[in-house]
Amino acid sequence: MKRSWFDRKQLAFPYFIYLILFVVMPLLVVLYYGFTDEEGNISFTNFVLFFTNGRTMGTLVYSLVIAVFVTVICLILAYPVAYILAKGRYARRHSFLMVFVLPMWINFTLRITALKEILTLIEGNLAYYPFVNTVICMVYDFLPFMIMPLFNALTKLDKSMIEAGHDLGATFPQVMLKIVLPLSIPGIVSGITMVFLPAMTNYVVLDMVYNSTYIMGSLIGSYFNAYDWNNGSIISAILLMFIGLFTIITDKIMTKEEA
Amino acid sequence: MAEAKTIIRLNNVSKSYDGKTNVIEDLSLDINEGEFVTLLGPSGCGKTTILRMIGGFDKPTAGEILLDDSDISMLAPNERPVNTVFQKYALFPHLNVYDNIAFGLKLKQIPKGEIDKKVSDVLELVDLEGFEKRSITTLSGGQQQRIAIARAVVNEPRVLLLDESLSALDYKMRKEMQLELKNMHKRLGITFIFVTHDQEEALTMSDKIVVIADGKVQQVGTPEEIYNEPANVFVADFIGESNIFNGVMTGKMKASFAGAQFECVDDYENGKKIEAVIRPEDVSVVKPGEGQLTGEVTSADFKGTFYITFVQCGQYEMEVHCLSHYKPGTTVGLHILPDDIHIIPYDMTINNYEGVIDGFSDGRGLYLVFRDFAFFVDAHKLFPDSRVSKGKLVDENGTAIDYQGKKVVAFFSPEYAEMSDDDKAGDVVGKIVSFYYIGDHYSYTIRTDSEIDYVVDDEDLWNQGDKVSVLIPKAKMKFRIKEEEEA
Repeated sequence: MKRSWFDRKQLAFPYFIYLILFVVMPLLVVLYYGFTDEEGNISFTNFVLFFTNGRTMGTLVYSLVIAVFVTVICLILAYPVAYILAKGRYARRHSFLMVFVLPMWINFTLRITALKEILTLIEGNLAYYPFVNTVICMVYDFLPFMIMPLFNALTKLDKSMIEAGHDLGATFPQVMLKIVLPLSIPGIVSGITMVFLPAMTNYVVLDMVYNSTYIMGSLIGSYFNAYDWNNGSIISAILLMFIGLFTIITDKIMTKEEA
Repeated sequence: MAEAKTIIRLNNVSKSYDGKTNVIEDLSLDINEGEFVTLLGPSGCGKTTILRMIGGFDKPTAGEILLDDSDISMLAPNERPVNTVFQKYALFPHLNVYDNIAFGLKLKQIPKGEIDKKVSDVLELVDLEGFEKRSITTLSGGQQQRIAIARAVVNEPRVLLLDESLSALDYKMRKEMQLELKNMHKRLGITFIFVTHDQEEALTMSDKIVVIADGKVQQVGTPEEIYNEPANVFVADFIGESNIFNGVMTGKMKASFAGAQFECVDDYENGKKIEAVIRPEDVSVVKPGEGQLTGEVTSADFKGTFYITFVQCGQYEMEVHCLSHYKPGTTVGLHILPDDIHIIPYDMTINNYEGVIDGFSDGRGLYLVFRDFAFFVDAHKLFPDSRVSKGKLVDENGTAIDYQGKKVVAFFSPEYAEMSDDDKAGDVVGKIVSFYYIGDHYSYTIRTDSEIDYVVDDEDLWNQGDKVSVLIPKAKMKFRIKEEEEA
């Protein structure tokens, strides 16, 4: 039979071009700048500087602390919401879910501006509480990204599991702790992935509320603003490696979970 | 024999999920200690709801459920001495076999040594010694089934509930588990309440069968009683194969049906309208002219141990299970012993109609064709778990449902139907052939030209012989798929 000139492989073509142009190429550029000096010679000084420079390491630790706070608060807020939405007896639970996810549809600069006004009203001067404001803004921004994967994981959880737990004598808290929580780990992991990494880098939110807090994103921004492509790039590359490492670890956990 | 002690008693229990229609209506039932009781009925009859109310997962809207004479209807599932084996087992995938079985025991804070002993004992009971460390996902369906049973019985419940627990197993495995469950019941001595829609399963395993349809108990009895002495046409039709004929009593222990006279052993008043139930295996084929009926064989299908033979006797068709093969076209006589004819007084309140599904349209539903009328009906009424995918009707797993040509039995309660003297107002037109007064309304039987009766309740007085049209309450109709003979 004559092969058609158009088969399924060709359908991947547009995205393939996109991938080369906007993902692979910039990545290579970042790596190139990260491992060269100002004259364009191959060099590891930027890489070494990252780990020896007090400023970058300090920012890294601070970003981690903020990200941990934001993630944990998101998880604590999102879990009950996702559970009630997924397991409650609502006729239109997807509409209810929309109510929680709807803020994502509003332009985020608009949302943050509104939040800024509210915080100013409460605190007077935003500069007094940089850490608290950072956490509040990020939680506000990222919460839907935590709710969605948790909701999906909890919807998939068979209701008879919960009933079986009760049937065997477990009270509601015992069922939550021993059955629902362990079985929703995949959702928790993907929720964390969705929130933790942006929380380390998304400095635009902070800029908008005149926040002086310095996170990894701000650091990269400041290097680039000073036309220091090399040092900015190496930080981006190292963060990327962190992300890669994190993804590999969670992937390992997930496959172990499924086995 | 000592008087059996009642362990579970349902007193006038009703359950409604939407506050309008009752899934269970005013149901009362006693279950004795140590019995193997099966709740049997077609899907959607409410049997699982009853089980869930005993287990505590659903609370009755009205009535009470007693365990040892104390009301448990509002207790949470974890406060009842009852354990359940779920339909899809509901084993915890994140725990291994040991932790699954020990789940209930650990919550009771039983010492570790004792738990170990109990787990290994119960694994021996279900024939899976040494499986403690195995992961749930590596087990076969049959093994998971056994672990689910082990997880429930290890808690030594007073009552074990089994919700269609064998339906996920293949045919051979199911047969094996049926016998094993029965043995387990004997050894453990606890009360088993088993839910199934499989009449064969119910007959094999139970001490007592409760036949349920439409949220009501139709009959309670031993498997033999249910099979040999069905209380009504529904039970006769649902349990085993049956030939059912309308007829009348023509004298003392004499009945007329299927165009012939029969001697029988049930005594009802002369002239009473009856239905005669005859099991296909109770009909013997004799030489033409020697039996009560004579007819022509229309088909004979081999079924391993017997032939399913259909004999046309005038306008009546009789199903016969016989050991010899009769070629279609052969003229035979049929003989039925008086003892094998079961007479049921005709139930004037039931409107049952057999039709077929003829097509499906997304948006309008399944097209049902009955003798006198045809209409579209919501597919969920026939296939509760179905959904529409790409314009096709599929089941919960996404496979297309083979609905075309399926036989359907539709039923409506006379109270919902309406009568009109305008021929065009109703769905079918007929003459009032009989009516009688019951309490607060008249019950009319309207017979159409195709000799089908419709029973309609109406408050006004009409005359016998009046030509009326009947408005069939399609929204209130209940449907049941008539299963093909088992292959």
